Amino acid sequence: MTPLTFWQQLAISAALIVVIVSVLLGLFSLMTWVERRLLAFMQFRLGPNRAGPLGLFQPIADGIKLFFKEELIPEQANKWAFLGAPVVAMTTALTSIAVLPYGPPITLPQMRWLPEWLSWLSGRTIALQIADLDVGVLYLFAVASLGVYGMVLAGWGANNKYTLMGGLRSSAQLFSYELALGLSLVGVILLADSLRIADIVASQASGRWGLPGLLSWNCFVQFPAFVVYLLAATAEVNRIPFDVAEAEAELVAGFHTEYGSMKFALIQMAEYVNMITVCVLATHLFLGGWLAPLPGLQQVLGHDLGLFWFASKVAALLFGFIWLRGTLPRVRYDQLMRFGWLVLIPVAVAWILVTATGVVLWGAR
Amino acid sequence: MDAILFYCLAALALASAVLVVAQRHPIGSALALIATLSALSGIFGLLGSPFIAVLQLVVYAGAIMVLFLFVLMLLNVRREEGSPATGRRVRWAALAFGALFIAQVGAVLTRLELAPSTTPFAASPRDVARLLFRPEYLYAFEATSVLILAALVGAMALARREQ
Repeated sequence: MTPLTFWQQLAISAALIVVIVSVLLGLFSLMTWVERRLLAFMQFRLGPNRAGPLGLFQPIADGIKLFFKEELIPEQANKWAFLGAPVVAMTTALTSIAVLPYGPPITLPQMRWLPEWLSWLSGRTIALQIADLDVGVLYLFAVASLGVYGMVLAGWGANNKYTLMGGLRSSAQLFSYELALGLSLVGVILLADSLRIADIVASQASGRWGLPGLLSWNCFVQFPAFVVYLLAATAEVNRIPFDVAEAEAELVAGFHTEYGSMKFALIQMAEYVNMITVCVLATHLFLGGWLAPLPGLQQVLGHDLGLFWFASKVAALLFGFIWLRGTLPRVRYDQLMRFGWLVLIPVAVAWILVTATGVVLWGAR
Repeated sequence: MDAILFYCLAALALASAVLVVAQRHPIGSALALIATLSALSGIFGLLGSPFIAVLQLVVYAGAIMVLFLFVLMLLNVRREEGSPATGRRVRWAALAFGALFIAQVGAVLTRLELAPSTTPFAASPRDVARLLFRPEYLYAFEATSVLILAALVGAMALARREQ
């Protein structure tokens, strides 16, 4: 097979960007409906069930409503910061999805009917990933750490004491929990001996240290790190019980109090995309990515089921987030900070010591 | 392609660096500094070292500047009014330092060949770690961390005394 030219590579990347971004944004609108319905069921209600079958068109109705709302900018607001905040939030959310693989590499079938100028596509193997960086995990981390500016700017730019409190809380919270989140990944990286996400997935393949099937996934091998990651990630994406930045009982709606219409929709969208990103990353780093739970289930009747396993793991994690929201009350702000600094970070550091000692004594694999 | 990107990023970095100084509002300055750091990170990426680029973002734009903004907002710093630096002495000092600065820039510019460097350098996480832990850098590296620790303890001690 001839290697790809620059333009062919560019065409593949552009196609991947279009497909992945549209799928993610579709998933976002689906998630708003799924979340409202599931929460309703957990609270013995019905939830939105009027628009379309089962209420499935509710996101469309919401979108149209938000489009036609009046644009409001508070008189005393800093216009640049106020309008820039949703843009920053959305840009960082969409930039971070570039390095995530969305399934195993797929091989296109032989397609004889393709015109001459597209014939290079048939039989080609394509990675379902926009950019395969050597330092993929770190890149995600860097872009996520820029995401906080969206909230901070929104909180400060609106010139309102509730939004300012929300913005301040979110910057302190994200700053603290980013540390725990980063430290929880160190053990995984040590075991995989690489920062590439695909390598980390491959390192969890069945049979390391003789562990069969799903027992060799990092969620068992690195169990304390997995717990720290899940807790810190919940705080990172501002979900209940850690959503003190928009605590509606104290701060009206926190940092996005003054936002309405599509600006509000953009902020919501960024939050949901971040939630999906965090779940995809957890799937790759701890749940074995596209690996099957039992070795025999990876290929069934000659079909690679990697995409199915990957999607079901992500869906399970997303369901977990909604379940948490339906179950737990919000923690207090000082409890949140104390928990982050005095529990999560020490546990993560201790676990790094344990893992590093093990790697030095017995090697990574 | 690389050259076009390089000049765009360089222009962005310089323009926002000027904005850092020219802004009257401290938060505006901080935001402009974030733009400078991000553009620099892009330039590192162009040089073929994504690791350094990402570090630049994580450490400076993602961590240090967030703290800066946090403190600026917590203290609710207002827009600077009027010109703080008047008086004859300040003016003479500004003139002297300005001349010195122009001389320095001129000296650098005449010696530099003005073309973007395209030679990639080895800067994978492993390379950087090997460099940092080599004897010639190890002491400086460890001394810096002790210095930062001392600053932390000092800040804590000062904050406690006021209470």
